[in-house]
Amino acid sequence: MSKTAIIIGGGVAGMETAGQLNRLGIEVVLIEKQASLGGHLKNWDRLFPDRRESQEVFDYLEKGMNDGISLYLNATISDIREAGGKFTVILEDGRELSSDALVLATGYDLFDARKKEEYGFGIYDNVITSAELEEFFRNNKQKNLFEGVQSKRVGIVHCVGSRDEKVGNLYCSKLCCVTGVKQAIEIRELMPDAEIFCFYMDLRMFDRHFEEMYYEAQEKWGIRFIRGRLSEAAENPDHTILVKVEDTLTGLPLKMKVDLLILLVGFVPSPETKRLAGMLGLKEGDDRFLCPSDEHLLPNSTDHPGVFLAGTLKGPASIAATIVDARAAALQVAEYLVNGER
Amino acid sequence: MKIEGKKQIWNDYQKEIAEDHFFYVRSCIRQNFFPGSEKSFLRIMKEELKKDVYENPSHTTCSGIGYHTDIVPFETSMTMVARQFALMTEAGYENFTTSCITSFGLYSEVLNTWEHEPEMEEKAREFLYKATGREFKKPKNVSHASDVIYRFRKEIAEKGKYRLVNKLTGEPIRVVEHIGCHYSKMFPSKGVGGAEYPYVLIGMIEDWGGEVIDYPERRHCCGFGFRQYLVQANRGFSVSCSKKKFDSMEPYQPEMILTNCPGCPMFLDRWQYAISEMEGKTYGPDGTGIPVLTYEELAGLVLGHDPWDLGLQVHQVPVEPLLDKIGISYDPEKKFKAADGSDIGRPEAPVYLKFYPEQA
Amino acid sequence: MKSFGYTITKDRQIDYDANDRRLIEYVEGIEPSIRICMECGSCSATCTAGHFTDFSIRRLHTLLQRGETLHLRKEIEKCMLCGKCQLVCPRGVNLRNLILIIHQALDKLHHDL
Ligand SMILES: Cc1cc2nc3c(=O)[nH]c(=O)nc-3n(C[C@H](O)[C@H](O)[C@H](O)COP(=O)(O)OP(=O)(O)OC[C@H]3O[C@@H](n4cnc5c(N)ncnc54)[C@H](O)[C@@H]3O)c2cc1C
Ligand code: SF4
Ligand code: SF4
Ligand code: SF4
Repeated sequence: MSKTAIIIGGGVAGMETAGQLNRLGIEVVLIEKQASLGGHLKNWDRLFPDRRESQEVFDYLEKGMNDGISLYLNATISDIREAGGKFTVILEDGRELSSDALVLATGYDLFDARKKEEYGFGIYDNVITSAELEEFFRNNKQKNLFEGVQSKRVGIVHCVGSRDEKVGNLYCSKLCCVTGVKQAIEIRELMPDAEIFCFYMDLRMFDRHFEEMYYEAQEKWGIRFIRGRLSEAAENPDHTILVKVEDTLTGLPLKMKVDLLILLVGFVPSPETKRLAGMLGLKEGDDRFLCPSDEHLLPNSTDHPGVFLAGTLKGPASIAATIVDARAAALQVAEYLVNGER
Repeated sequence: MKIEGKKQIWNDYQKEIAEDHFFYVRSCIRQNFFPGSEKSFLRIMKEELKKDVYENPSHTTCSGIGYHTDIVPFETSMTMVARQFALMTEAGYENFTTSCITSFGLYSEVLNTWEHEPEMEEKAREFLYKATGREFKKPKNVSHASDVIYRFRKEIAEKGKYRLVNKLTGEPIRVVEHIGCHYSKMFPSKGVGGAEYPYVLIGMIEDWGGEVIDYPERRHCCGFGFRQYLVQANRGFSVSCSKKKFDSMEPYQPEMILTNCPGCPMFLDRWQYAISEMEGKTYGPDGTGIPVLTYEELAGLVLGHDPWDLGLQVHQVPVEPLLDKIGISYDPEKKFKAADGSDIGRPEAPVYLKFYPEQA
Repeated sequence: MKSFGYTITKDRQIDYDANDRRLIEYVEGIEPSIRICMECGSCSATCTAGHFTDFSIRRLHTLLQRGETLHLRKEIEKCMLCGKCQLVCPRGVNLRNLILIIHQALDKLHHDL
């Protein structure tokens, strides 16, 4: 009899884990709470570091969704039960799905920028988030961001909701720096005469090609970098935004007016992940993301036999890293189902 | 500006404010700076709103100024705070209301410290007992007097004789508010509306008919800073802070500044005079300044109290242009007369800032 | 004007919108390599002049970027044009040229700076 695995969450991690397991001959059930697959990927326009279309990545993942995978969309999980090594996932509509293994791939949430009250998101007219900018790019590929605006100055604020104990997030979201630099270049491409500033504390361009993007942003695109965390923003009478920052490299406070302020919102653990983790007794770290049983050696297993983790529910990660992680998870699951090892 | 976003934050920061039976403690400095303010509060509360407000003549300073000037150590301050609580307890009250923002900040700080470090509370109890033989209960509710006025702002509007509206044009009066640093910057959850978009004064302005102006340096300190003001040579720092605010609000042409704290109206008012004398600069139209009022003074005006009974003649920025706009009646002849009709003397007219009554 | 025994101080805050950025635009137009500075401080760490005065070639350049040009002429006089800064710069910023062009720019733009 063939073994089955249930995968919860149909983002990059869930789709890739499902596709891989299916190719390994395991029967897969994929449960997604939204109406379509893809998770956050579906909201992004072009991806760092090479600015390929996000659709290409989605198309690849979708190809893996063949007939061997039973897909449950718009599905809300109300309970998870376990008996004799079998898991039963109960959906809100009463349907029951059972399997020999469970993979959590429920991803992350975006930080709610409203919590940084002093930046005025949701209050000032010209403050948006990096996620909203991606949406703008998706819908208005060639359009200028500033219809009718005279001067064109854009401020990009790093670490919004990350590295910030006041909002309860001590960790770094890892990918907002590169996202900011990518978006700065994209804005400049649309508006060659815009002045673009990134306000950062450190530029964490940790991965392959990232540092080169930073170099390119400076050399080719003339993006300017001011080291200092935004202390507050205020709205001017003409709806431009006045930002205050310490220019820490000159040691002086600085103010400037920008036409648009973009907040690089970070990753936060999702309440849905917490809810499911609670049902299964999984452990979370100090940062509230889930912890595998061994971060070096068993990055996809949990202390709960038969339950596995894949993707950004363990903390911020790029798509490339998520894909690798999903494949590793698939292998771990397969090994468990075949050899009974975790 | 999206008002919905602000409303969301205002909803997030609502605090409990007692309904009646207040133990009221005064500020050390307000009776000199704005002598009608506390009197106006008591008159509104007792006579107009029929509330029970109790004052104990043996209450002392909270020591906030000394504490913020690094002269009085925290242990001493918290013991003095404990003594105020003891007076409240002895009088049978549970709702503590302060006239001063810095006191309010200090009471909040002491209570918060006791919550996190119960051994400090034990210490305070021990010090107080040894020194005075008194014991105390912690208040059920601590509010600033502006919280209380905020709570009854609609009643005041209903009973009011005037609205903050330009009588000629029908336009709302344009008001900037200044909340005072110690109201909620230290403990955002203790202030109505929090620290970034505090609502306590805005609620009054809106309900009394005015329009609130948000300007870029709204959150900047007025410049009091205690050590900065108390030492004469440091006062340049204080006046520069206020000037930064005036320069930032000027393009919005505010018609009035509403304040919350003992220090802020002092500095926002007096420094307009000092700046005019030092640099010839004035911030209102035609050489006038921007009138600065405390919330009790404004509440009094709305209720139809006589401006000179409210002590508005001691303001250095003349308030007459504002009174005229709203159509508040007053007798210019009585500006510098005491209640018994005797002359209280008049200040030397400033060189640049327009003085009222205007000299012939 | 009256004196009350204290003075109104000018704000230290860099007011980017009020600042005159013609100088940096001129300099950057001729020496675009200054754009790629990553503020590492290698140049000022080794700078001959910086060891004996409060001169910092890195800071000078950053201030220039913000349009802060007060005392600039006096500042650059401290540079000995030895070129060590340029030798250590990991990004190959042509710092000697920066100094030379600032001289040039100050003379050229002086009448309206
Ligand atoms: C602004 C921004 C831009 C980015 N740009 C890039 C980029 O250009 N390149 C790049 O490599 N990376 C980028 N990333 C990172 C990228 O978004 C992540 O690597 C990727 O989305 C991780 O996929 P995931 O499947 O782990 O999580 P998610 O994308 O969050 O997917 C989780 C899925 O699980 C579903 N789910 C959650 N809970 C449940 C539940 N209880 N039941 C059923 N389903 C559930 C969700 O609906 C969702 O579909 C960016 C991140 C941000 C914040
Ligand atoms: S990646 Fe950059 S912007 Fe994001 S949290 Fe880390 S340092 Fe801040
Ligand atoms: S050339 Fe000038 S700036 Fe560079 S190291 Fe020499 S003295 Fe310093
Ligand atoms: S050494 Fe080069 S990169 Fe480093 S601060 Fe100096 S100019 Fe900039």
